[in-house]
Amino acid sequence: MSDFLAKYAFLIVPILKIAVLVFLVLTVDAYLTWIERKVIAHIQARWGPHRVGPHGLLQPLADGVKFIFKEDPIPAHVDKAAYFLAPFLTLMLALTSLAVIPFGPQTFTVFGYQTHIGIADVNISLLVLFAITALGVYGIALAGWASNNKYSLLGGLRSSAQMISYELALTLSVVGVLLLAGDFSLRGIVEQQTVPGKGLLSWYVFPQIIGFLCFYIAAIAETNRVPFDLPEAESELVAGFHTEYASMKFAMFFIAEYTSMITVSCLATILFFGGWLSPFPETWTWTQYLPSVLLIPFGLWVIFDGFRYENLFGRILLPAVGFALTVIGAALLVFAALNGAIQGPFWFFAKVFTFLFVYIWMRGTLPRFRYDQLMSFGWKFLLPVSIANVVLTSVVILWRMH
Amino acid sequence: MTAPVVIFFVLAALAVLAAVSLILQRHPIHSALSLIVVMVALAGLYLLLGAEFVAAVQIIVYGGAIMVLFVFVIMLLNAGEEERTNFSKLATYAGIPLALAIAGFIAAAIARSSGALPAAEPSGALTSTKTLSMLLFSDFVYPFELTSFLILVAILGAIVLAQREN
Repeated sequence: MSDFLAKYAFLIVPILKIAVLVFLVLTVDAYLTWIERKVIAHIQARWGPHRVGPHGLLQPLADGVKFIFKEDPIPAHVDKAAYFLAPFLTLMLALTSLAVIPFGPQTFTVFGYQTHIGIADVNISLLVLFAITALGVYGIALAGWASNNKYSLLGGLRSSAQMISYELALTLSVVGVLLLAGDFSLRGIVEQQTVPGKGLLSWYVFPQIIGFLCFYIAAIAETNRVPFDLPEAESELVAGFHTEYASMKFAMFFIAEYTSMITVSCLATILFFGGWLSPFPETWTWTQYLPSVLLIPFGLWVIFDGFRYENLFGRILLPAVGFALTVIGAALLVFAALNGAIQGPFWFFAKVFTFLFVYIWMRGTLPRFRYDQLMSFGWKFLLPVSIANVVLTSVVILWRMH
Repeated sequence: MTAPVVIFFVLAALAVLAAVSLILQRHPIHSALSLIVVMVALAGLYLLLGAEFVAAVQIIVYGGAIMVLFVFVIMLLNAGEEERTNFSKLATYAGIPLALAIAGFIAAAIARSSGALPAAEPSGALTSTKTLSMLLFSDFVYPFELTSFLILVAILGAIVLAQREN
């Protein structure tokens, strides 16, 4: 048995990693919808979901059950093949793009096979990501066309035009980082940002602030989120490209949208914010206790909050969750090796979560663009600015070389 | 058979099948989708040869940008299903013998080559993106610049044609 495991470890370990990552991502997606509904509700002075489970925490589960058991009618005169292909393609590409993202610096050995946190470590990972993004347009365009509905078609066309336009700015805004790092590999780009003793000052966001702003704006447009969510402008287009989709097929588009939000946040973290690097210099060793310092008080607060919750279920569930969080925090204090191992992922996910929060914050704050404004902004402002950024960066690099 | 050989045959079969489907499909969108599959399968073959950069660019440029425009135009024109007509006389009398001849030539070439044909070595000089760009911007800078000039002229032509109505 162990011989078999050692021989096929190169196959078994990636499959295990893929299973774990897909499970984690789908869970995060589900709870992202909960966070989004809660945050927007509080921005709009409402409570948000609070019926299913304490603080509405089981709402994603209820949504999942609803998606699975809902009737799935297929409209007449749809193009069957394309109609079924579109949601699968969208979800598949969205999940595939996460495969090249490195989540932490360490390597570990399973069944005698050395591997790292993240699925594939290819030396052109950034190009692979862009290639997958480039294919992502088809899912939405096909969904709009195959539905045989004018609102869907308009939504799909709008979205494909928008994605092609902003893809250019997205790709060009990253060129500055590539010039500085001299590497296509996401792992390599993070390692280039490691300058001992400088902490967050060595991150690329400072020399590439224009590039970062262009990247983030283009990335929001690329993921079809507010303020660039014209493909689904409900006052004009009902629900855009997914008007004719119900049940699990609709859920696939939904999951794909949230997954690409996560991918884009990971990419922003890696390219501009040092990936898994701590924002503090290595000499500040006390900062490695930050995860525990955050987890233990939060866990204790959840226990306290749970005891005064209005129903019995909440009074049991919330203290249990709080207790688990406190125990994890305490364990990190006790076991130094464990604490060292989670430092990278801790910073990575803290940064990714910040970007996801900004996404939600914007959805609660900004109005939608008009379509012509969107196009002229993309072509006449964002694209020239990102080209100027490339030229500026190359001039500075050349000037430094001489 | 080793893993690369298996992957080669899978990708090659996919490319050929998708190319056949591209011709046989009745609906333009289905043909365009088949063409995308051909492009992606070709990118996989490049990857197998160790040309990662070319593979990624194949998907980004051909699979992404160009085919999106194809799909876009087909959708905007709202092109419906094609109707089957009788084969043209030229296709029957000249096309079929020519197709047979080409198939014969290829079969003969494969049959004459020895069984132990060495696989193309993944050329170390071209795999790295850096070497590729060094070549492109030093030895081949004139063809490169000429190509970009040609593309610029084409863009200008497209703009002039589009503006003519106003």
